[in-house]
Parts: sequence; C-alpha cells; structure tokens
Amino acid sequence: MIEVLIDGHFGYAGTADLSAEGLKRALDRAIEATRAASKKRVFRFTTEERPNARGEYRSIRQKNLDETSLAEITDCLMAASKAMSISDTIANRVASAMIIQTQTDFFSTSGAEIRQNFDLVNIDFAATAVRGSESQTRTYSKMGQWGGEVFEKDFFVAEAERTAKEALELIEAENCPEGKFDLLLYPDQMILQIHESIGHPLEIDRILGDERNYAGWSFVKPEDFGRLQYGSPLMNVTFDPTQPHEFASYAFDDSGNPATKEFLIKDGILLRGLGSLESQRRSQLLGVANYRSSSWNRAPIDRMANINLEPGALSLEELVSQMKRGVIMKTNRSWSIDDYRNKFQFGCEYGQWVEDGRIVKTVKNPNYRGITVDFWNRLVGVGNADLVETLGSPYCGKGEPNQVIRVGHSSPPCLFREVEVFGGHA
Amino acid sequence: MTHKSEFTHHLRRYFQRASEALFKELRSGEELTLSLKAEDQLYVRFNGNLVRQNTNVEQINLTLGYQGGGRTVSQSTTVSGNADRDIPHLLHLLNACREEARVLPSDPYQVPFQNNGESYNEFQGELPPVDQLFDEITAPAAGLDLAGLFAGGASIRANRNSHGQDHWFATETFFMDYSLYDGPRAAKGVYAGAQWNSTDWAANLARTREQLQLLSLPQQNIKPGRYRTYLAPGAVSELLSILSWGGFSASAWKHGYCPFKKLAEGEAKLSPLFTLKENFSLGLCPRFNSMGEVAPETLTLIENGELREFLVSSKTAKEYGLKSNAAERSESPRSPEIAAGSIDEKQILREIGTGLYLSNLHYLNWSDHMSARITGMTRYACFWVENGEIAGPIKDLRFDESMYEALGSKLVGLTSTSEIEPAVGTYDIRSVGGVRVPGMLIDDFTFTL
Ligand SMILES: [Zn+2]
Repeated sequence: MIEVLIDGHFGYAGTADLSAEGLKRALDRAIEATRAASKKRVFRFTTEERPNARGEYRSIRQKNLDETSLAEITDCLMAASKAMSISDTIANRVASAMIIQTQTDFFSTSGAEIRQNFDLVNIDFAATAVRGSESQTRTYSKMGQWGGEVFEKDFFVAEAERTAKEALELIEAENCPEGKFDLLLYPDQMILQIHESIGHPLEIDRILGDERNYAGWSFVKPEDFGRLQYGSPLMNVTFDPTQPHEFASYAFDDSGNPATKEFLIKDGILLRGLGSLESQRRSQLLGVANYRSSSWNRAPIDRMANINLEPGALSLEELVSQMKRGVIMKTNRSWSIDDYRNKFQFGCEYGQWVEDGRIVKTVKNPNYRGITVDFWNRLVGVGNADLVETLGSPYCGKGEPNQVIRVGHSSPPCLFREVEVFGGHA
Repeated sequence: MTHKSEFTHHLRRYFQRASEALFKELRSGEELTLSLKAEDQLYVRFNGNLVRQNTNVEQINLTLGYQGGGRTVSQSTTVSGNADRDIPHLLHLLNACREEARVLPSDPYQVPFQNNGESYNEFQGELPPVDQLFDEITAPAAGLDLAGLFAGGASIRANRNSHGQDHWFATETFFMDYSLYDGPRAAKGVYAGAQWNSTDWAANLARTREQLQLLSLPQQNIKPGRYRTYLAPGAVSELLSILSWGGFSASAWKHGYCPFKKLAEGEAKLSPLFTLKENFSLGLCPRFNSMGEVAPETLTLIENGELREFLVSSKTAKEYGLKSNAAERSESPRSPEIAAGSIDEKQILREIGTGLYLSNLHYLNWSDHMSARITGMTRYACFWVENGEIAGPIKDLRFDESMYEALGSKLVGLTSTSEIEPAVGTYDIRSVGGVRVPGMLIDDFTFTL
C-alpha cells in the first residue's frame, strides 16, 4: 500500500506487484487520484499526522508457529472432535484452528521505519445437540498472540468435552424466564457488550461522521468527553495495546504512532475517544494510537485494538451471592445494536437461573436488551483479577471500503441490576 | 478509463498461462481447480460532500483446490499479475498442497473435480475519468451533507480445472452508495450501473433529497408494540440478506441450525403470497460457483409459502445423499428474487392506513433459530403513517419477530413493482451480484424497544 500526501490530503493505492515498475504504477495512480481529490478534501492534514518513529514488535511466544507441524495441529483438532462425540444427540461437531502470521514493514519519507511481526492463533469448537425440532449449540473459543505452545492435546480434549456436555445440558434445560432480573455476564459475553456499546461509539471517526453511511454515527458527542457518566463508578475501561498475548497488541499503529495504554473511562466518566492522530487533529479530542488497516489493500481508519474492562474486587461467589433473582449468561450467540449504538439486544448460548444467591438450574435461549448508558449505570459488581479472561474477535467489520480486523477484549464477570431479560419462543 | 479493460484483457491471458503451467505439473492421481477473484477499483469515501479517503486497489487472488490420494487441500494466494514471476510461487504452493495432503486424513465427502463446461461473459462499462470524478459526484450534491462510498472499476471471477473446465466473468461497473443527512435525520440512496450518467446521478440525488425533506415533519413518538408495517425494497433486501445466513442451506438444516427447519420438515408453512427463487438471468453475477459448477438459470426455493428445495452444494449432496444444485459452499443465495405481488406501490400509504413505513433496516441477526426470530433496527427514512398520510418520522425502533409469522399469516401482500438492489459489499474485494425484491406489507409487526 502506497500513501501520498498532496495539498493536505492523504490518498492511497494498493498493489501486489512489488516490482519497481509495479510500485511506480501504483504510485502514479495514487498521485493522480489524490491530486484530483485534494481539491475536495475533508481536512488539511500535514506530516505531523505521520510521526517519524522507528522500532520493532514481535508477538511473544514460546514455540515458533512454523515449527508446529500441520500433523500436530490436525491431531489436536481430531482429538477435540472425537471428544465431542459423547452422545447420538450431538448432531454436529466443529473443531477449527486459524493461524495467522503477519509481517508489516512501514517506511515513510518523513523517516519512519517500523517492522512488526504478529503470530496469531484462533481456536474454535462447536457442538450442536438436536432433539426433535429443538437444537442447541455450545461453542468454545480461544484467541490471542500465541505460538505453537497452545496446541496441547489434553487441553483440546478437556475443553471440547465440556463444550459437548453443556450442549446436552441445554437441550434438557427450560427456557430462560422473562422479566427484569439481575444479570451476571461472563467474560465471553462481556467482550461483546464492551465491543458494541463502548468500543464502537467511542471511535472518533464515527463521532466525526465518516462512518455514517455504513455502520452509523454515535450517540457520543464531542462535549461528552470529560463529563458523561457513561456507567457506574465501578466502570474502568482502557485502550491497552501493550498486553502480551492479547489479540490486537502492537507497538505502533499504521500511521507510525507509538501505542500506549490509556484510560477511556475512569470511575464511570468518559475521558478519551478512540481516534488516531488524524481524528485528534480534526476533532481536537484526546485519542489513542489506533489507525489500523485490515491488510495491504485498505487505508487505515480508526479502530478498536484491545479494549479492556479493568478488574474489581469481587470473587465469583460474592458476585452470585448479590443476586436475588437473576440470570447468569455465557457466550454470545446473537448481537444487534442500532446505528447510534444505543438500543441493543444480545443473546447467549448458556444461562443459569439464580435465586437468593444460589445457582438453581441451567436455562436455554437467554437474551437481554437495553440502552447503552442506562445499562452501564446498572453495573453493581465487577469480578477480581483472577476472574479476568482475555478474548477478542478476528471479525470486527467497519469502513468504506469494508475492512474486517482483529480486536482484543478482556474482562472479569460483571453484575448488572434489573435488566430486561427474556427467553426463546416455543 | 481504458486501463480497466487492459487489466481484464491482460488477466485473461495471465490466467490461462498460469493454470496451464500448473496443470502440466500434475502427477497421476492428482487434480487441480484454480479459482480467480480479481479487481482493479477506485474506492472513494465521502463525508460532508467532501473526500475523506481515496484508494486504488489492484488485486489478483488465486485459490488452488487440490485433490490427490483421497485428500482435499486448498491454498490461496495474492499474485502480482506477472506470470514469469508468479509461476514459480504457484508451483511452490502446489507442492505445499502435496505436503499437506500427506498428513491430512482422507476426505470422506470429496467430490471429484469434473469438467463443468466453459463460459465467457465480459461486460464493459464507462466510468468518469479520475480528474473529473470528484466534481461529477459532489457538484450536484452542493449544499447537501452527503456521506458514502463510490466504487468503480473492473471485477473478475474465473475458474479453470485440470479436466478442461473454463469459466470467465468480467464486468466494469460502479456504485455510489450514499446517505444524505439533515442533522440526525438521514435518507439513503444507491446509484449503480455500467455507464455513468450525470443526469441520472442528479435525478437519483433529487429523489433521496425529497425523502430527506419528508423527514423534517414533526417527529412522532412511537412506543414499542405491534404495528401494520411496510418494508420498502431497501428494507426487504436487508431482511433477505439475514434470511440467507443459514435460512436456505441444506447443510445448516442437516447440522441442526437452520431456522427454517420446520418449513423443511413440513411442520410450518409461509404465506401463499411468498415465493423466492435464485434468478441468474438478472445477470449480476456468474452462474458458476467458486468450484466452477454451474447453477440452473432459475431455481425456485420457496413457492407459494412451501419449500421446494434448499440450496445444496456438491459437498452437502455427497455427505447427505442429496442432489446438488451447484450452490456455493456457504449455501447462501447468490442472485435471489422475491416474487412481486399485487399492491400498487403508488397506493402504499393508503394500504398501510395507520402504521409504519420503513425505508431501511439495520444490523439484523437471528435472535432465536427455533422460531426463526430475527431482531434488528429501523434506519433512515422511517415514518409513522396515519389514515393514509405521512404524519412524520419516527425515532429508531427495535423489532424482534418470527419469520414464520412475518412471512406467514401476518404477510398482507407485496408490491407489484420490484427493485434491483446491487451488491455494495466490499470486504476484502468488491462483491458481485445483487437481489431483486418488491416492498412488503406486514400486519402486527413486533417492536420491542
Ligand atoms: Zn465491531
């Protein structure tokens, strides 16, 4: 990807022809289109939006991925698949691994020279139990910056077996009740809640309207920073690309800006947005190093990287004991939110009904809905550091032209008071 | 823009040469399919009727599908387009296929490659030259708050295999997918085609602007509840796109997660007014899939509310003893058409009487597979209609509704005119295809938030 800055306007041309003629042709086309477009540019940028940083990054891993053979990986996956075969009721089993190794080299005429190497692993299991017209799927995912050390057969077998058992448990379970209840979300649902109702609305390019024709605008306004009580005082959210092993850690973003940990929300108050140097210049808001391209064929845009909810003080027992009548929900299966990121409805795979601080039974088809700021102000309990799980997604979609990129999220389980909960229909 | 055609022309020769170089290296018992996806596009993103980013992309992606010793392997790569430089790399990938085949278990559902024939379709277009493009787009929108994406250029899909199969599909088209904003109120438009025409673009803008003006009526406060609801073609195409995610897939049915399982097993029916087919005569995308298998020109999936057939890929056919209809592996419709009905679109406000007019929907997802329930949001020009007249725009509402009901007993009718909605997706590479849908009037549509 070639980027040019002409008359205050950045423009791009991507090619896979890396010969001297190929690069020259791409450069000429970038210049031709960018010169013409600069007369209608949205803002006058300068080279200040492209720091002349130098440095390197490499994912931390114990064993090189290229030393892990396809045979070893296949062996783990076959073992996981076999481990899910615990009953004739299990109609489908999936075990998959996605391994990505990426190298980016970034050079600029203003002096930047950055090399980053990423080793990424994403493992997924799914077991579907079917009985009559009823069907229930339970999944397991693990993703992050890892090496071959994650291909550990015992671990694959244990997690796959648990996944299949829980699918069977769900097919026997009653429907999740409907009403206003306490809601305890496990980390594998918290990450989706964080992603959709914190990450996206805080992207400054959305606030500036760049994304209006695609994913949408944002309910967050520039004057909300430093003022808005986004959630209860228990809510602390960071942008943290420095976490080893988290999916979207890096040292520099794709404008060459060095990446650092920053608080987005502190004690429930909104402090900072997810905006690159370009967005910071346009909006005059505080931002982060989050200018990211999905690949060589896309220009960078404002992105989430790792967005984490910081741990609190409570153990799992203490969280559950605070629930009078409530539902515990694990693992997202359905997600939808409006284009300003207000009204959401999320569904999970696995639920547990709690009465007077005790788990009573498993429930199926648990769903909840709410409105972002109201919901986060219902946060009454945050799990401790031992309960934090670090997950994420390889598939965050955004931008025109469209881009899908990896994001990391970590969170402990969190308790919310009096949320609208409902089940499936018969 | 003559260089677009040059790209297509060059690529045809390149693809022949690269594939022949690979086929002649095959050993006995080995077969290979080569699938090509390529584009030479200019993408321009607009905000406030100004240019946010412009990106040229020239990309050629090749996928090698390898079969040998009962094993199935595929390898994908991005190539430069220079055959002399790429062929050694492609031969290296062929060897990588062989090495992987050695450690993989045998594929019980392998469908041996065969010759699915030859086809050649090439459509040339006319796009504005780069130095005029930005004026062409922004000048008629002067004074408007326009946000959106222009994409224009060549898109190619092709497939060859070692049995002599040879399919080629190349188009040169554009779309301008945009929204006009008036503060928080917005209306949506798409102008697409093969020949850019300034007058047509201005007319398209004017229609969207008219909708935007209707939004300046006083906002109506509509509570969650059940309302008679009209989904305009833009909203119907959003609905169809989520329905296509597992809804018509034989594999999803057999694996236990098809939302239309009850339809498949005769336990439920949709409305006799509802008919859905694959219709490749729309000419928006090739009839061959990424394996080079050729689908019938038309294929009825649901006829008058009853399931005729699911989409069946050759792999699913093999696994479950079904008959393949040359669906893609994903078993999603590629060129779907919902049959038009008898409601006169010009009378739609009178037909609604009192209820909702929804131009677009947003962020749909299955909320309960068992009951085929879908949730999503209203978006853009959505109005409250009272006694056959527009009262004013609504605040966005969330719906959550079973498709057995919305497309079943609650379906009042469909409009007699339908619209082609071209594919505007650009994940990794610009999509080809589109859908053809009428508007849809539904009683008691359920809004929950
Ligand atoms: Zn996302």
